[in-house]
Amino acid sequence: MAQFSFAFPKPGTKKLLVGATLGAALAIPALLAGLLVFLVPMVNKPLLDAFIREKLGHVPATWVGTQWVYAAALFLAGIAMFTFAAITGGIFSWYERRVAARIQSRIGPNRVGVAGFLQWIADAVKLLFKEDLVPGEADAMLFRAAPYFVVAGMTLVLVALPAGQAIVVADLDVGIFYILAVTSFIVVGILLSGWSSNSKWSLFGAIRATAQVVSYEVPAGLAILVPVLMAGTLSTQGLIRAQGGWPWEWFFFRNPAAAVAFFILFISQLAEGNRTPFDLAEAESELVAGYFSEYSGFRFALYFLVEWANLWIIGAVATTLFLGGWQIPGVSAQTWASVRGAGSFPAFGWWALQFVSLGIFAVKTLFLVNVVIWIRWTLPRIRIDQMMNLCWKYLVPAGFAAMLFTLVWQMVATWAPIVEKITALVVFAATVWVTWRFLQQTRKNVSLIAHERVDLSNW
Amino acid sequence: MNPALQSYFPLAVVIVLAVILGLTLLGLANLLGPRRPNEAKSSPFEFGSRPSGLGRDRFDVKFYLLALLFVVFDVEAVFMYPWAVSLGDLGWPSFVVMAVFGATLVVGLVYVWKKGAIDWSRE
Repeated sequence: MAQFSFAFPKPGTKKLLVGATLGAALAIPALLAGLLVFLVPMVNKPLLDAFIREKLGHVPATWVGTQWVYAAALFLAGIAMFTFAAITGGIFSWYERRVAARIQSRIGPNRVGVAGFLQWIADAVKLLFKEDLVPGEADAMLFRAAPYFVVAGMTLVLVALPAGQAIVVADLDVGIFYILAVTSFIVVGILLSGWSSNSKWSLFGAIRATAQVVSYEVPAGLAILVPVLMAGTLSTQGLIRAQGGWPWEWFFFRNPAAAVAFFILFISQLAEGNRTPFDLAEAESELVAGYFSEYSGFRFALYFLVEWANLWIIGAVATTLFLGGWQIPGVSAQTWASVRGAGSFPAFGWWALQFVSLGIFAVKTLFLVNVVIWIRWTLPRIRIDQMMNLCWKYLVPAGFAAMLFTLVWQMVATWAPIVEKITALVVFAATVWVTWRFLQQTRKNVSLIAHERVDLSNW
Repeated sequence: MNPALQSYFPLAVVIVLAVILGLTLLGLANLLGPRRPNEAKSSPFEFGSRPSGLGRDRFDVKFYLLALLFVVFDVEAVFMYPWAVSLGDLGWPSFVVMAVFGATLVVGLVYVWKKGAIDWSRE
């Protein structure tokens, strides 16, 4: 194994680089968390009314500026969510390349900053300075418009996606249904880009991607029905409030069919996000880059931004629906209310708890993101007929069955709540045991090939 | 403002923001990037050789069939959402109605399956 040496010109430069990377690695998550925790909960009618009354000295009901304050607060919260999505998308692009390198016994990006941490910023800046080509025979207007649809499909989801007890831009009463609906914008963008490019690769990629995304929307819709039936609401925050902090209070463990629905939803989301093993649409070995083959410069970058920002969305939707969302173990709705206090603005403890809830939500979501990346670099791409079979012959019937079982289960749970409790504990214990066995086996496998492992200390 | 519309007000703001975001990023790229088009760059990518035939080629009819299937089953899912939310209030009669509706669709799925519409590799 050849050793790559990375000699810096001066020790001083190296120190500077380490400092810059560490600074960025600490400051960026802190900034994002701060933005989410202190800005987004303020977008709340009672809080804004109190703000107008006490800080601005106007009566909210009659003052003309009230709507403008609402709009400004929403704008700030929207910008906070966008910043969050763009930056996590960027960091995931670096993280995925590092993980891929590890899985494939390579080193991966390691030049820009320590461990290549600043690579994603360098990539974005590079793409910003590239020529934005429009192919000669392309339908220029549709070609230029397509990335907007893709970006809208990603950013609109963020409006209803929670990240903490009060951290959601708008808690719509049709929340999860709305998320399902606006994700379809991405299909429109894909079709537009494929058709307008006037390239065979783009067209075939777009048609395949549309067939795939559209097919997997059916099992995803059926799987989401299961938590909706259990909670009796579509609001994302309502779904989380119907669950609890402890694992055996999550929907995933409370109902065996919900565990099945979780896997159906997870597989469907992989397919909808065009992630391996469902990346037929952009199969490099057959279709160049699929529907965005003809794109260059920053338009190309937007497709990738959406792909990686979608990683967070995949994890966050599954966490919201099945894994208890931001619920903190042992903290009930009464605790939240008492910590908040009776004043017009929440007390300090409330803000601290918001941080904890954001942390819990982020840990669950990042765990799922890791699973998605791990799957991508482990499984080969499946064929299109296998993909269609999996969707229509397995996932759709399984989704129907899970929904029917949930109906019966809900009746049993209302009639004898103890059944639900015992099942939750049993399923939870079984999951812990399976995880434990899995980790043991992995450790054994790794130790078997320990002598063949490549030295990656030069990161 | 209408209170019903009030809860959707954030969406309007965010749509505006999303468009602004796209415009800013692409506008910035337009300002900073070079602009030197030539014939080779503007022809569709076909591994360096001259493009043969139309860019917008014909594709398999199976994709249309799939789109039809999607419409049927996705609309069905749309109908199930409001029912799932209000099941607690509506009780058994609504359950029976939805069971009939769902059974019809399962029969449809079985029919499509037997007809081979979802067998992708069939010639």
